[in-house]
Amino acid sequence: MKRLAGWTLASPATLLVLLGLVAPVAATIYTTFGTPGGPLATYQAFFASGFRRTVLLRTINVSLIVTVIALVIGFITAYVVSRAPGWLKSILIVAAVFPLLTGVVVRSFAWLIILGKNGILNSSLINLGIISEPLQMLYTQGSVIVAMVYLFVPLMVLTLVGVLEAIPDDLIQASASLGANSWATFTQVILPLAVPGLIVGAVLVFTGSFTSYATPQLLGGEQVMMMGTLMYQQAMVTFDWVSASTIAAIMVVITIAIVAAMNAAARRLNPMTV
Amino acid sequence: MMPTKLHPALIGFTVLVFIFLVGPLVIVVGSALSDTTYLTFPPQGLSLRWFQNIFEIDAFRRTILTSLQVAVISTFVALIIGIPASYAMSRYRIQLPRWLSTLFILPVLVPELVLGFSLLKNLAFQFNAPIYLSLIIGHTILILPYVIRVISASLASFDFSIEEAAISLGSPPLKTFFTVLLPNVRSGVIAAFILAFITSVNDVSISIFLTGPGISTLPIQLLAHMEQFFDPTVASVSVMLMVLTVAVMAIVERTLGLTFLAK
Repeated sequence: MKRLAGWTLASPATLLVLLGLVAPVAATIYTTFGTPGGPLATYQAFFASGFRRTVLLRTINVSLIVTVIALVIGFITAYVVSRAPGWLKSILIVAAVFPLLTGVVVRSFAWLIILGKNGILNSSLINLGIISEPLQMLYTQGSVIVAMVYLFVPLMVLTLVGVLEAIPDDLIQASASLGANSWATFTQVILPLAVPGLIVGAVLVFTGSFTSYATPQLLGGEQVMMMGTLMYQQAMVTFDWVSASTIAAIMVVITIAIVAAMNAAARRLNPMTV
Repeated sequence: MMPTKLHPALIGFTVLVFIFLVGPLVIVVGSALSDTTYLTFPPQGLSLRWFQNIFEIDAFRRTILTSLQVAVISTFVALIIGIPASYAMSRYRIQLPRWLSTLFILPVLVPELVLGFSLLKNLAFQFNAPIYLSLIIGHTILILPYVIRVISASLASFDFSIEEAAISLGSPPLKTFFTVLLPNVRSGVIAAFILAFITSVNDVSISIFLTGPGISTLPIQLLAHMEQFFDPTVASVSVMLMVLTVAVMAIVERTLGLTFLAK
């Protein structure tokens, strides 16, 4: 009876996810195996193409760089925010939430104004006499990385503030009064306790960067193509849906593998669950 | 007790990070107010004409309406199916299988681009489903995890014995839901609505595949406009979206408290 009531209430949402997400995505992945030339022909074709291999490696590379930078910036910032007095903490959290709730197009657009040929950075550098000709900053890997770091730092900060707030001040002071200097306190007390949060943040940023579209499209263009922009191009410009499905399948597998691996790591490395 | 002392270098670094976070958005606001036909900052001459320009461009008027419509419809659908699902998962936790909660996290795990493309390929093309319907299905799935998470969080502090008391005193189930349960999770519902709404309005990766002749959403129109023009219209639309964000934040602050987002 209770089981029936539970299923009745949960069934509309369950059906929507099964029919609207699981089935179509499974069908997309399934079609990549059924092509003439063997079950793995589309994947062989993907990896045989030097251009596509470059795009995949570039996407992994950019996502890793963005994740590491966001981890370092996010961790330090979140630590300071978590130890700030109440009123200041609220203001800082608002300042981090606001960009997070502002759309990805708006946030990428901001960097278009800053990094453009006649953008703010170029004109400031020329006015200061540091350069005489505007630098080509847009459509480089650097511009994509900067904009993505900008995109994901708020997410990292907000993920870590909760984790770092949970570390009691007493623990840090106990460590200090037992003779640890601040570096030892940091590496032996704060960092190990923050590991689960760091892992969650890293997964969010890496998968977010790996599957992003708007930012590489606006700031990378054709020159810095990434998996997301390549997939869109294959699907909607050249209408090669088999190739687009293959890229989709690779994205799904990598995303889910990373989430699963990090979940396992988070469980093992969490010092609280011994 | 003394709070932990922070090294000045850490504080300085944090100040720089927040300048990095807020600065670019200030620049967007500044360039929206410029009186020039090209994007520039600091603004040269102050003018609101680029805001007026938004509504003079037909494509923007249309896509603003579509975006609002899609966001309202998919948010309502997500709430109507998400609230009972969250309720079932807290109330009948033992009776329901564990994979159900994993299923409801899937929309966060599966890349949005893949969902959008799959809906285009296997729903809109395969079954000739209207693009608009596919767009709404995509957005509803995208925001369902947010709804379930927020509602589940507010149900976590709900004492189900209150509900049992009402039922044992003779209140019919549906009436109990509306008079006992819903008022207790009201703030959760409002916050879920508003977070789902803004997520839908800002979505690019699903919508990019599910727009076609006559149907487009605001972010997709912004992308298209940026490829052709470099005038302050995009900046003024961005400012409009930021005003919406401020409204959303004010409502979340009133209902759940912004610290809810830092979890």
